[in-house]
Amino acid sequence: MQVESSLREPLVTGGKTVHDVTADICRQVEGKPTKSWMLGMALSLGVLSVGAYAVFMLLWEGIGVWGLNKTVGWAWDITNFVWWVGIGHAGTLISAILLLFRQRWRMSINRAAEAMTIFAVICAACFPGLHMGRLWLGFYWALPLPNTFGSLWVNFNSPLLWDVFAISTYFTVSLVFWYIGLIPDFATIRDRATNKISKAVYGALSFGWDGAAKTWMRYEAVALILAGLATPLVLSVHTIVSFDFATSVIPGWHTTIFPPYFVAGAIFSGFAMVLTLMLVTRKLFKLEDYITIYHIELMNIVIIITGSIVGVAYITELFIAWYSGVPGEQYAFFNRALGPYWWSYAAMMTCNVISPQLFWFKKIRTSIVSTFVLSIVVNIGMWFERFVIIVTSLHRDYLPSSWAMFYPTKYDLGVYIFTFGLFFTLFLLFAKFFPVINMAEVKSIVKATSEKKNDKVYGLGSREKAMEVK
Amino acid sequence: MKDNKKQYWKGIEQLTNDPAFVKHADKEFSGDLPLGNEEGEGSSRRDFLKMMGFGIAAASLAACETPVRKAIPYVNKPVDVDPGIANYYASTYFNGGDYASVVVKTREGRPIKIEGNPDSKISQGGVTAQVDASVLSLYDDERLKKPQAKGKVIEWASMDKAIVSQLGSIAAQGGQIRMVSNTIISPSTKAIVEEFKAKYPTAAHITYDTISAYGIMKANEGSFGVKVVPSYDFSKANVIVSLGADFLGTWLSPIEFTKQYSKTRKLNKGKKNMSRHYQFESNLSLSGANADYRTAIKPSEEGAVIANLYNLIASKSGRTKVSAGKSIHPYINKAASDLLASKGKALVVSGSNDPAIQTLVNGINDMLGNYGTTIDLSLPLLTKQGDDAAMDSFIKEASSGSVKAVIFYNCNPVYNHPKGATLAKALAKVPLKISTSDRKDETAALVDYIAPDNHYLESWGDAEPKSGSYSFVQPAISPLFDTRQVQVSLMRWADRKDDYFEYLQQYWKKASGTSGIAFQGYWDKAVQTGVFELESSTSPSENTTAMDSLDVAIAPQETISTTVSNFQGDIMAAAASIAKSYKSGGSDYELALYHKIGLGDGTHANNPWLQEMPDPITKATWDNYVTISQKDAGTLGIKMFEGKSNMVKLTVGGTTLEEVPVLIQPGQAEGTIGLALGYGRSAAGKVATEAGGIDANPFIGTKNGGLYYAITKGLNVEVLSKEYQVAQTQTHQTYMGRENVIQESVLSEYKKNPKAGRYEPKISTWQAEDHKVDPSTLSLWKGHKYPNHHWGLAIDLNSCTGCSACTVACHTENNVPVVGREEVINRRDMHWMRIDRYYSSNAPVDDLRGLEVAAENPEVTFQPMMCQHCNNAPCETVCPVAATTHSTEGLNQMTYNRCIGTRYCANNCPYKVRRFNWFKYHDNKQFENTNTAMNSDLGKMVLNPDVTVRSRGVMEKCSFCVQRIQKGKLEAKKEGRRPTDADVNTACASACPADALIFGDMNNPESEISKFLNIKDIEGDYGIDKHVQEPRAYHVLEEIGVKPNVVYLTKIRNKEEEKKEA
Repeated sequence: MQVESSLREPLVTGGKTVHDVTADICRQVEGKPTKSWMLGMALSLGVLSVGAYAVFMLLWEGIGVWGLNKTVGWAWDITNFVWWVGIGHAGTLISAILLLFRQRWRMSINRAAEAMTIFAVICAACFPGLHMGRLWLGFYWALPLPNTFGSLWVNFNSPLLWDVFAISTYFTVSLVFWYIGLIPDFATIRDRATNKISKAVYGALSFGWDGAAKTWMRYEAVALILAGLATPLVLSVHTIVSFDFATSVIPGWHTTIFPPYFVAGAIFSGFAMVLTLMLVTRKLFKLEDYITIYHIELMNIVIIITGSIVGVAYITELFIAWYSGVPGEQYAFFNRALGPYWWSYAAMMTCNVISPQLFWFKKIRTSIVSTFVLSIVVNIGMWFERFVIIVTSLHRDYLPSSWAMFYPTKYDLGVYIFTFGLFFTLFLLFAKFFPVINMAEVKSIVKATSEKKNDKVYGLGSREKAMEVK
Repeated sequence: MKDNKKQYWKGIEQLTNDPAFVKHADKEFSGDLPLGNEEGEGSSRRDFLKMMGFGIAAASLAACETPVRKAIPYVNKPVDVDPGIANYYASTYFNGGDYASVVVKTREGRPIKIEGNPDSKISQGGVTAQVDASVLSLYDDERLKKPQAKGKVIEWASMDKAIVSQLGSIAAQGGQIRMVSNTIISPSTKAIVEEFKAKYPTAAHITYDTISAYGIMKANEGSFGVKVVPSYDFSKANVIVSLGADFLGTWLSPIEFTKQYSKTRKLNKGKKNMSRHYQFESNLSLSGANADYRTAIKPSEEGAVIANLYNLIASKSGRTKVSAGKSIHPYINKAASDLLASKGKALVVSGSNDPAIQTLVNGINDMLGNYGTTIDLSLPLLTKQGDDAAMDSFIKEASSGSVKAVIFYNCNPVYNHPKGATLAKALAKVPLKISTSDRKDETAALVDYIAPDNHYLESWGDAEPKSGSYSFVQPAISPLFDTRQVQVSLMRWADRKDDYFEYLQQYWKKASGTSGIAFQGYWDKAVQTGVFELESSTSPSENTTAMDSLDVAIAPQETISTTVSNFQGDIMAAAASIAKSYKSGGSDYELALYHKIGLGDGTHANNPWLQEMPDPITKATWDNYVTISQKDAGTLGIKMFEGKSNMVKLTVGGTTLEEVPVLIQPGQAEGTIGLALGYGRSAAGKVATEAGGIDANPFIGTKNGGLYYAITKGLNVEVLSKEYQVAQTQTHQTYMGRENVIQESVLSEYKKNPKAGRYEPKISTWQAEDHKVDPSTLSLWKGHKYPNHHWGLAIDLNSCTGCSACTVACHTENNVPVVGREEVINRRDMHWMRIDRYYSSNAPVDDLRGLEVAAENPEVTFQPMMCQHCNNAPCETVCPVAATTHSTEGLNQMTYNRCIGTRYCANNCPYKVRRFNWFKYHDNKQFENTNTAMNSDLGKMVLNPDVTVRSRGVMEKCSFCVQRIQKGKLEAKKEGRRPTDADVNTACASACPADALIFGDMNNPESEISKFLNIKDIEGDYGIDKHVQEPRAYHVLEEIGVKPNVVYLTKIRNKEEEKKEA
C-alpha cells in the first residue's frame, strides 16, 4: 500500500474511500445522460453539422472557397493544424513524462488529458488532409506505398512527409497508451454493469481483464514501456511540425529556434486546453474532490514556465533578426510587429507572454474563474502565434511585387468550427461513456478512511490548515 | 493403470515400414498436392478460384469503365494536316491602327497562336499583346454566325439582292451614299471601294481613326505640303523628346518603335552608349515609364512646353522665337541643350492631335535637321489616314438627313467616336444602313443589315502599312460561321460576281506587271513569306526580300503625294493658336484621356486575355478607373489599400459620371485625372459586359479640327463614401530598396565600371580566408549534372519596356486560365509570367515604412518574373510526393498528375511564381463569362493541344515552354544535328518586341545566351557550375543560393548622377 507523508496535502480530498472513487466516476457512465450533457451534445452536433457544410463546400468547389491566394498559400488551415497538434501535447506529457517523474498528482487528470490529446490530434489531422487540392489522391499518395505508377515514391526530403510519420506515430502511441490505461476501468464498469448490452460492450472493451496480480504487473510494465516510448514523441512531434517552417527559405520561417520554441508552445497551449476542459468537467461531473485546486495550481505553474519560455523565444527571434544583419529577416520581423497584421502580433504577445505572468500571483493561480479565463486567453494567443508565423511571414516575403493580404472567408471559419464540433462531440461521448478519471490509479492515492474525519474537522482541500494542525 | 502395450497400425504400410512410406510419414497427405503447376494436369480447385476471382474483378472493373469516346481518323487525310504537327501561315494583323506581320500557328487545322513574322521590316517579328490575343477573337462565340436583316437571320443572296436594289434606287435618285471605315491599308480593298464608288456616283468614303493622327497629317500638309504621317526611326535618335506620345505603347506603330527604341537602349561590352529619352506627359504612360527624364505636365501646359522648347532651340538656330507662356519645368532646358547637341540624331514627337502643336514639333525637328534621318516623309506610314474633319461633317450630314445610305465598314463610330450619340440619333434618318461588323455592336445594333465580316484569320487580303512595304493576309482556317469577307460584300453590292481571291490575284498581276508562271512564283513567295518590301532609297542595305527583279515592277499603290518640299509651316500662326487655346495655370482638375496597352480602342473588349492582362503601369485588370496623383489624393482625402479606395463622382460639362473607381497613380501630373478609353462597351459580348467600365469617348473634344483627348476646364471631382476595389495583380508599389531584387545604375557610372549598380552578396563563413564567400560556392546539395542541355533565360531590364506582350503570349501558349475580376481581387491571377513594376521611393533605405510610398514622379523599373528554374529549387525539396522535380536539362518540372496540392512549393518559392488551381477553371459555370477559352466547345479550339489543361487542386507554373523545347529537340534529332537557337525559343522570348529576353542552351557555347552572358563553366564539387561573366548580369535573390537559371541584367538609366534614390 502507498505510504503517504502525513504532511502532504492529500491529492484526493473529501475523504473518499476506494468505493467512493468507483461510485463517483462510474456514476456518469452508468447513469442517464444529464441535461447539461444533452445540451452540450446538441450544441456540439450543431456546430459539427455547420462545419460539415463548410467541409462539403470545400471539397465540392475547391480550395478557392478559402481566402488563400497566390502569395499566402497556407493560412488558417495550417494555423489550425499546428494549434490542434500543440494542444494534443499535454495529454501525453502529463501521462508519460509525469509518470516517469512519479508525479502522482497527474493521476486524476491524465485520462481526460489523454483523451483530449487523441481528439486534438484527430482534429489536427483534418487540416493537412482538407488543405490538399486533391485530397482524394493525396491521402494515400503521401504514404510510401508500393504502387503501379512506375517508380513513383514519396519525397523523403519533404518535411510534410516527416509530418505524416510524426503525427501518425504520435497518434498511434497515444491511442494505445490511453486504451491500455482504460482497460482496468472498463473491467470495473463491466463488473458493475446491470444490463446486458453494457456488460457485453464493456466486456469486449476490457479485453477480458481479470484483475489478477500478474495482470496488474503486466499492466504496470506496459504503461511504463509506453511512457518511455511516448516521452520522446512529445518532443519529436512538434519539433517535426516546426520543420515545416524551419527548413524553408522564407524569412520568418527559416530559423533554428523553432523546435524548442514550438515544443514549449505546444505544452503551453496543451496545458491551457486541459485546464479549460477539466474545469468544465470537474464542475459538471462534480469531481471537485479529484481535480483539486492543487492540480490547477500545479498546471498553472507549468503554464508560467512554458509561457515564459515562449516569451523568451519571441524576444530571441527579434534579437536575432536584428543581430543577423540580414535585411529580409529584419523586415520580416519589422513587418510582424508593425506591419498590417500588427494586431495579431500584439494579440499573440499579450495573450502568450503577458497574461500567463499573472499566475505569479497565488490568488490568480488558485482562482478557478481566472484560471478558466486565462486558459482560454492562452489558447487564443497560441492560435495567433501560429497565424503570425504563417501568414505574416508569407504575405510579405522576398519580392514586394507579390506582397498581398490574406482575408479569411466564412469557409475558413467553417472548417475551423468543424473541428471544434468534432472535438467536443468526441469529448462529450468520451465523458459520457468512458471513465473520465483513471479509477484504478486514483485508488492508489486515496488516503485511508480515517482521514475522512480530519477533513470533516478542517474542511475541504485546505492545505494550510491541514499543515497547521499537523 | 496398466500400460497399454497394444499398438494400432495405420495401415499395412506402417507394419511393413517400407522406405517409401517412411519418407512421407510426417505429411498429412502422401505425395504433393495437385496444384496444377504441371502441364496437362487440367484445372484444379485453386485454378478455379483464381479464374473466378479474376472474372468477377474484371467484370466489375469493366462495369466501372467510363464510356469510350472513339477518335475517328481521317478517311482521306488532308495533305497538309498531320495530327500533332503544327503548320504555320504568314498573315497580317491590322486593327485599330496597329499593324503586325504575323505567322499563324495552326494545329489540326485550328489557328492556336500568333507569332511575329521576323521577315517584316516594320514589325520585325515583334507582336503586341493585342496581336497575340487576337487568335481568341476567332473563337468568340458572340460573333454573328449568319447575316442579319433588321435583327432577323437572312440568307446572303436575298440580302445582297435587297441591298443592291435599294442602293440602286438611292443612287438613281441622287441620294447620298456614304461608306464609313477606319483606315484601310489594303490596296486591293481600296480598289474595290473605288469600283463601288464608280458604280454609285453619289457614294463617298469617309475614314476616321479611333486613335487619331489627324493633327500630324494636317501639320505636315501645312509644313511640307504632304498630308501624311511620316516614318520615324527611333533607332537613329540619340535624344528622344516625347510630348505625350506613348510611342512604346499606343502611338502610331508601337511594335516598330519598340524594336527601334530598344536597339538604342542596349548596352554591352562593345556598346556603351544609349539614347536619352525625355518625356513630358500627364498620365504615366509606358513610354514615360521608360524615359530617363520624365516631367509630369497638365494637358493645358502642352502648349507652353512645346513653345518653350521651340524657343530654346530657335534661339540657338537663328530662328525667330514665338510667344510662349511660362513653363517652369526644369527638364525643358536640359532637353533643348541635349537636342541641340545631337542635331540630326534627335527626334521630337508629340502625341497631340492638335495641328498647331504638331506644326511646332515639325519646326523643332526641322531646326534640328531630323528630316531625312530620324523622320522620313517620303515613306509615309499609312496605318493612320483618318480625317477627323471629314468624319465630323459626315455626322452633320447624317443629322441633317441628307445621307440616304451608309455602310459601316468594320467600324463602330456609335461607340468609339466622340459624337457617337449624335450619330446614333442621326441614323434614324438614314433609310439604308449596313454594317459589316462581326458582331452586333453598338453601331450594328442600329442598322438594317449586318453583313458580318470574317475574322482576319479566315480572310484573304493585302496591306500596305508603309509606302512600299506590302504584306499579305491569308486564311489559316475556313470561315467558322456563315460569314463573308467584307470585300466580297462590297463587290456583290457593286454588282460584281467574281471572287475576292481572284480579284486580289488579278490586282497584283496588274500591279506587278507579270502573269502566268512568273506571277505564280511571285505570288507564292509573297504569300508564303507574308511580306514584300520594296527597296527604299533611304535604307538600301536593309532590304531582305529576294525578289529584286520584281521590285521595279511594283510602284507604290498609294495615290498620296510624296513630293516633299522644305519646311514651310506657319510657326507664328501655330504659336498664336497655341497661345490662345492652351491656358495653363487654372485650378480646375484636367482630364487626360488615354488608350490602354491591352484594350486599345475597345475593339477587343470581348477578349478575356486582354481584359486579364495587367496594365503595364497600374497592374490593374478588368477595370476602368480614373488615375489621380498621390498629392491630389491627399488633398481629396482618398486613401488606397490593396487597390481599394473611395469612388468619385465626376462632372464634366453637362455629363455626370456617378461612382467612378479611383486608382492613386504615382507620376500622374498634379491636378490631372487620367481615364482610359475603350471601356464601357454595351454590346461587345459577355466578357466586355463583365468588364464594364466607363465609356469615355464622349469626353473627347476637338481642337483646331483634330480630336482632342483631354478636357482642361469644368471638371468637378466629388469624393464619395462608397469604396471600390480595383482588381490589381500587384498592389505594392516599390521594391523597398532591395538591391537583391532590382539592381540599377546610371550610364555615366556604367561607363566607369560595367558592374555599376551591382549588388554582390557575400556569405560569412569560417572556411574562407577573409571569411566571406560567394553564395553560389556554398551548398547543402549535390547539384545536378546536365550532360546534354542546360536551358537558361537572360532578361535585360534595360530593354524591357514592360509592354506585356510576353504575358499574353505565355497565356496563349500554355493554356493559362483566365480567372476574372473577383479572383484577381482575391489575388489568384494565374499568369505564369508576370511583369513586376516597381516605382522608386524617396525615403532613405532604413525607413521601412517610408519606402512603401512611391515618389511623386518615380523612376520605373519593369522586371519580367517567371519560374527561375532554380538549380537548388526550394520547391522541389518540400513536395511530399515529388510532383515537382528537376530535369537533366536544368528545368524545374511540374508533374500535374502527381500533384496533390499541398501548396508547400508555392509557399517556399522565394519568387512567388507558382500558381494554384483554386477552382476548376474549365467547364465551370462560374468562369463562363471570363475564361471563354475553356468553357465552350468553340473556345476550346484555341487551346494548345501540346499543353495539359490543369485540373482543380494542382499547382502550375512556367515550364520554360517545355513543349517547344521538346519539339525543337525532335526536329533537330530528325535531321541528325544538335538543336540550335533557331529550333527552340520560349513563347515570351519570341513575342518580345524589345528583344529583352534571350532563351537558349547554356551548354552550347555557340548559343546567343552563352555569348550574351559570357558563360564560363566552372568545375564544382559535384558538377559544372555556370559562371556568368557579363558584368551587368545578376540573379535575383542571389544570397539565398537557389541558383536560378534566369539571369537579369542591370537597369541603366541615361541620367546625370544624382543623389541615389532607393
